[in-house]
Amino acid sequence: MLLARATEDKLASLYRAGMIKGGVFLGKGQEALSTASAIFLRKGDIFGPLIRDQAGRLAFGDTVLDTFRTYLGSAQGPMRGRDGNIHRGRPREGYYAMISHLGAMVPVVAGGLYARRLRGETGVVGVTSIGDGGTSTGAFHEGINLAAVERLPLVVVIANNQYAYSTPNNRQFACGDLLDKAAGYGIAGYKCDGTDPAACLETLHMAVQSAREGNGPQMVVATLLRLVGHGEHDDAGYVDASLRKANVGRDCLEVGANQLAENGLARPEDIAAWTKEAQAEVEAALNKAQREKGPDPSAEEWCAISTARLIDGHSGAEEE
Amino acid sequence: MSVTYLEAIRAAQEKALAEDPRVFIYGQDVGVFGGAFKATKNLAAEFPGRVMDSPLSEDAIVGMAIGAAIEGARPIVEMQFADFSTVGFNQIVNQAATLYYRTDVPCPIVVRLPSGGTLGAGPFHSQSMEAIYSHYPGIVVMTPATVEDAYSMLLEAVSIDDPVVFCEHKLLYYHLKAEKLPDTAMPAGKARIARAGRDATVVTYSAMLHESLQAAEELVQEGWQIEVIDLRTVKPLDTDTVLASVARTGRMLAVGEAWPWGGVTAEVIARVATEGFGLLDAAPMRLNAKETPVPYHPDLWAAHRPTATTIAARLRQLLTQ
Ligand SMILES: Cc1ncc(C[n+]2csc(CCOP(=O)(O)OP(=O)(O)O)c2C)c(N)n1
Repeated sequence: MLLARATEDKLASLYRAGMIKGGVFLGKGQEALSTASAIFLRKGDIFGPLIRDQAGRLAFGDTVLDTFRTYLGSAQGPMRGRDGNIHRGRPREGYYAMISHLGAMVPVVAGGLYARRLRGETGVVGVTSIGDGGTSTGAFHEGINLAAVERLPLVVVIANNQYAYSTPNNRQFACGDLLDKAAGYGIAGYKCDGTDPAACLETLHMAVQSAREGNGPQMVVATLLRLVGHGEHDDAGYVDASLRKANVGRDCLEVGANQLAENGLARPEDIAAWTKEAQAEVEAALNKAQREKGPDPSAEEWCAISTARLIDGHSGAEEE
Repeated sequence: MSVTYLEAIRAAQEKALAEDPRVFIYGQDVGVFGGAFKATKNLAAEFPGRVMDSPLSEDAIVGMAIGAAIEGARPIVEMQFADFSTVGFNQIVNQAATLYYRTDVPCPIVVRLPSGGTLGAGPFHSQSMEAIYSHYPGIVVMTPATVEDAYSMLLEAVSIDDPVVFCEHKLLYYHLKAEKLPDTAMPAGKARIARAGRDATVVTYSAMLHESLQAAEELVQEGWQIEVIDLRTVKPLDTDTVLASVARTGRMLAVGEAWPWGGVTAEVIARVATEGFGLLDAAPMRLNAKETPVPYHPDLWAAHRPTATTIAARLRQLLTQ
């Protein structure tokens, strides 16, 4: 969580300095939920993160270096400058690369799990996350329904951060609680306080375990507040000020620090030291990524398929 | 006073809402927030209950607009990015596009698509989808390249009885300015000669108009006069204006920001080759984006799409053929 926060703070300052290619979308306030989403996954599992999952990405094994590489457009990052920032992934390693179209990853992760089952693998779990807005897409409904019919070990983590861009919950859905949807699909559902790291860990542990044991899809709905704008270009002026002061507006990092102190697991000075360590790691990764080159357009293959003999002969070549 | 392309789009919507109580606007964050690009800024306050935030549900948004249109409303739907219209694709191409042909009931909806590439936008916030929608009978596809056209064509889109896919270019939103909004306008469906010339014709539309005009200027120094045609509407396509120009110049280059395969440039060339073969002094050429998803890195992006430089280079080939 600390590493994700340090990484994102740096991304925000790079963005303000005009050093990032494209937009910056942060998960500030969602680190507890995001970390918990990925931390119980093992090698061979599938993680399909979304916009605000910097913390979960790191928990699943993404590196701070690859994070910066992608934001800076380094040719050495996983996306080689072809796609950016929040879309990064390494699909062969079970770390799926999202597309922007919200909802679209739900059936894709379900498909990954289906293939694993066909290959005879058992005990595999797939986690994907989505926001309150994304739950309104057809792909979300169709994906969960399909996973439920197939009884796939899919965990769908819903971060209800109160707003989809500027749109509040009451313009997004009319059920009392997003968790009500789980019953509609015939799958298990859990609720948790997304600002409470201990609660997130406990809930996700249960959900992932249950999926791993073969109990079919699981839905987790966590309530929290996005502590930043939709993207760094957005001042989030639409957020109801009273929410910021309410429980839902707590910073999960502070809640976590208090929990550790109360249980005698870490003192404030420990956390300060870990924060420093995280910041040093971030600086080192950034320095390295900044020295790397971007992609070279003249060396690009300009080809979107892997079957060499089926490459359209008049596409790239014709343009030269 | 000067008006931007984006302000023209907002002004057209404001006028449509003011003049016709059947008009309403629906889409993500179009209400109090005023839209992701602010194309509906202040309209929710000005027209209570008629500019509404939708859930994040493109399929449902378009379907809802179609149902409302059947009942006599004239909805304008804003897609946050053209790319996301693919999620509502079924409703656009199967429901809206076929309604009139099947039932004799027209479908007056406008689907606004913030289209085209911008710096660092990557593969899902850059697409030009005009050719895809043009492929389907039953849809009018507008691609305004100027502030004046953005305004007058959007008003026309709202007023006509057919579904209109309105491809507005994001790159033009803030940079393109005009002195004032027009009182009268060329109708959609007619192409405009944006620059007169005698040596070759460039047929283009949307943001590529400006790159093409710049290329034409570059070639003046080399002694060439290039005619540039702005199609304005890609469906229907004004073949007459294109052929008349080719009859004068004898050479044609079609330029589009979208991918080449089966695109607008392919259609333009097919028409000129089949209907105006005898007018040509050289084989027609085209220039499109490269056939990969739109890349995110600004250097790759700049090399991916046609620019004034690559258009000028292609024109030199055409002129010396
Ligand atoms: C299908 C689709 N439509 C529109 C968008 C544009 N868009 C990007 S993020 C966003 C809001 C997302 O809200 P939510 O799902 O609640 O997630 P949050 O950003 O709050 O974490 C929208 C409308 C998109 N990415 N995908």
